[in-house]
Amino acid sequence: MTPPLQHGTFPLQRWRMLLKRFGWALFTILFVVVLNFFLFRVLPGDPARQGIRDPRLTPETIQAIRVRFGLDKPIINCFESLNPVKVGSCGVNPLDTQFFIYVKNLLKGDLGQSFYYNRPVKDILGERLWNTILLIGAGQILAILIGVVFGLFAAWKARTAIDYAALISGLVAWSLPTFWLAIILLFWGTNHGLPIGGKATPGMSSYPFMQQMGDLLQHLFLPTLAYTIIYMGEYMLIMRSSLLDVLAEDYILAAKAKGLSAFQILKDHALKNSMLPLVTLIAINLGFTVGGAVQIETVFSWPGLGGAIFEAVGRKDYPLLQGGFLLIAISVILANFIADLTYSYLDPRVQAD
Amino acid sequence: MDAIHTFLEVKDLKTRFHTPEGTVYAVNGVSFTLKEGETLAVVGESGCGKSVTMMSILRLISIPPGEIVSGEVTYRDRNLLKLSESEMEHVRGKEVAMIFQDPMTSLNPVLTVGRQLTETLRTHTNMDEEQSRQRAVTLLEWVGIPDAGKRLTDYPHQFSGGMRQRVMIAMALACTPSLLIADEPTTALDVTIQAQIIELVKKLKQDVGMAMIWITHDLGVVAGIADRVIVMYAGFIVEEAEVDDLYDSPLHPYTTALLQALPRADRRRDKNLKSIQGVPPNLLAEPRGCPFAPRCEFVKERCVNENPLLIETENRHKVACWVNVKTGALR
Ligand SMILES: Nc1ncnc2c1ncn2[C@@H]1O[C@H](COP(=O)(O)OP(=O)(O)OP(=O)(O)O)[C@@H](O)[C@H]1O
Ligand SMILES: [Mg+2]
Repeated sequence: MTPPLQHGTFPLQRWRMLLKRFGWALFTILFVVVLNFFLFRVLPGDPARQGIRDPRLTPETIQAIRVRFGLDKPIINCFESLNPVKVGSCGVNPLDTQFFIYVKNLLKGDLGQSFYYNRPVKDILGERLWNTILLIGAGQILAILIGVVFGLFAAWKARTAIDYAALISGLVAWSLPTFWLAIILLFWGTNHGLPIGGKATPGMSSYPFMQQMGDLLQHLFLPTLAYTIIYMGEYMLIMRSSLLDVLAEDYILAAKAKGLSAFQILKDHALKNSMLPLVTLIAINLGFTVGGAVQIETVFSWPGLGGAIFEAVGRKDYPLLQGGFLLIAISVILANFIADLTYSYLDPRVQAD
Repeated sequence: MDAIHTFLEVKDLKTRFHTPEGTVYAVNGVSFTLKEGETLAVVGESGCGKSVTMMSILRLISIPPGEIVSGEVTYRDRNLLKLSESEMEHVRGKEVAMIFQDPMTSLNPVLTVGRQLTETLRTHTNMDEEQSRQRAVTLLEWVGIPDAGKRLTDYPHQFSGGMRQRVMIAMALACTPSLLIADEPTTALDVTIQAQIIELVKKLKQDVGMAMIWITHDLGVVAGIADRVIVMYAGFIVEEAEVDDLYDSPLHPYTTALLQALPRADRRRDKNLKSIQGVPPNLLAEPRGCPFAPRCEFVKERCVNENPLLIETENRHKVACWVNVKTGALR
């Protein structure tokens, strides 16, 4: 058995590096879990009174609400509450404090109960996350495809009219304000009979599956278009400059001197190297946009995660916010970890440091 | 098979670069010939157009900013400058191979050495994966890489500088070319490694029986390698001679200066070691007069206005100079 020449060996050293990166990712997630808990306990106001602003509430009802959401328990040993800081008994059973209940529930996959919706946060986030992934997935894939293809083409035709046209449109697309673009598309969509809000026409659920899908695609069209335009400019410019850098490398000249064709050089020698900066960018974008498509979701009333978090801020729906933040933080951390993995696959020089 | 076919003949080659600062007159009418199996050394200061000349021959100059303004490069009865790009691809790497100065940057860091070696073979021959792989191992062994079979799956960064240059050499010789152009292949290496690489190339040249053009700015290494030497200055050939002739009786003031700048075992250090006075030429102006005139100790009025042509003085010894350096008089 001869190992393939394509990818070389995967030495122990690299496994060790990956394990180390994985360890760091886990550690960061743990840190975020802890931080996320205390952050929301330091915020001002009595959560029990935030969600329900009814002046007729009796102290008994408020107390009942507190018990219901577990807010009557001490935060953690020695602290009754953190805002205002109230020192409490250190001798309480740690398992009967808010912190450990939070950790225990997290381990069970329970993110608590939304104050506003009075439903499990997990369910709300689950639905919303799926919608966001639909929008972002479609948008990112399109933006990456268009950006990479045009960026490659522009670099290949560097310093020609094609290149300048691509460069200018890339810069324009990159610098368009998201909100403004979304509104423009919204107006445009209204004039062209496209659905401009939500993810389905009311009453659609009774139609056959294919028709439902068609309806969904129509609703997805405008927000995805906005998302694609916003991101493709960036991908295109990065791809272009990255490929131009690579094409100026000595090993490209050496490859040409070996008698390889321009296409072979592009495909085998330039592409992989020039993708490196893009990998990082994609990972960062993916991680952040899980929570970051707020503007587009808001304009198009797309029921995504960004919108849910945005609304939860206004409603002081702390459990939902807390769950949302955790989700975003974990997405960012995972995206970075995946970037590390891809990077170490693409670039053999990445070794344990 | 002598002289029926030309092996390589370069005639009046002119290459320029159009840059924002102006036109760079990099190569200004270079002509020389090379016989089958012969070794030619090209020497000259940094920036005198050695690399650009060779890269023009193989059409590796990027256009723009470069432009091959005129010239003919006849290789085995074909004018390389007139070939189509795909015909040229069959010449590069297969018949004429090139190795470069810096082995650290001339190998692709993300591809295995085996991949980069077999790629040349797969492009120019109809070997399958396994055959090219076998051949790659043979090649690596041939250039003196220990454990060649295991090293195919290693990446360039896992090799030392000297070993990488050996890999580059193996790659260049993969298809047993009839001409190897080596562009300062030892400049980036330690002195001891330099000597090893030079010995290796000499041995391989014998094995393959190919012709070779060896570019260097170090006249010191020329003697052991080359049959003939070309001295370049500011994009011109100023002298051409058999190695011994050049060392014994240099005819151009620039060559004389180069030789005097060379430390030699039979001379006391520091005593006669001179560096060349003046600044290297500015290639941004259209050449007029002898390019070396501003730095020349024999300079005459004629030198400033008229550029001397390369003429044969004695048997196969050519020089481009108005002055006879031995007498100090005009030719
Ligand atoms: N792509 C380019 N654009 C502009 N000028 C160039 C380019 N390539 C080479 N030149 C110029 O052409 C001239 C000759 O360069 P060349 O690389 O042939 O020198 P060289 O003799 O090989 O020097 P060295 O010993 O440093 O390798 C130099 O003045 C250089 O600046
Ligand atoms: Mg050079």
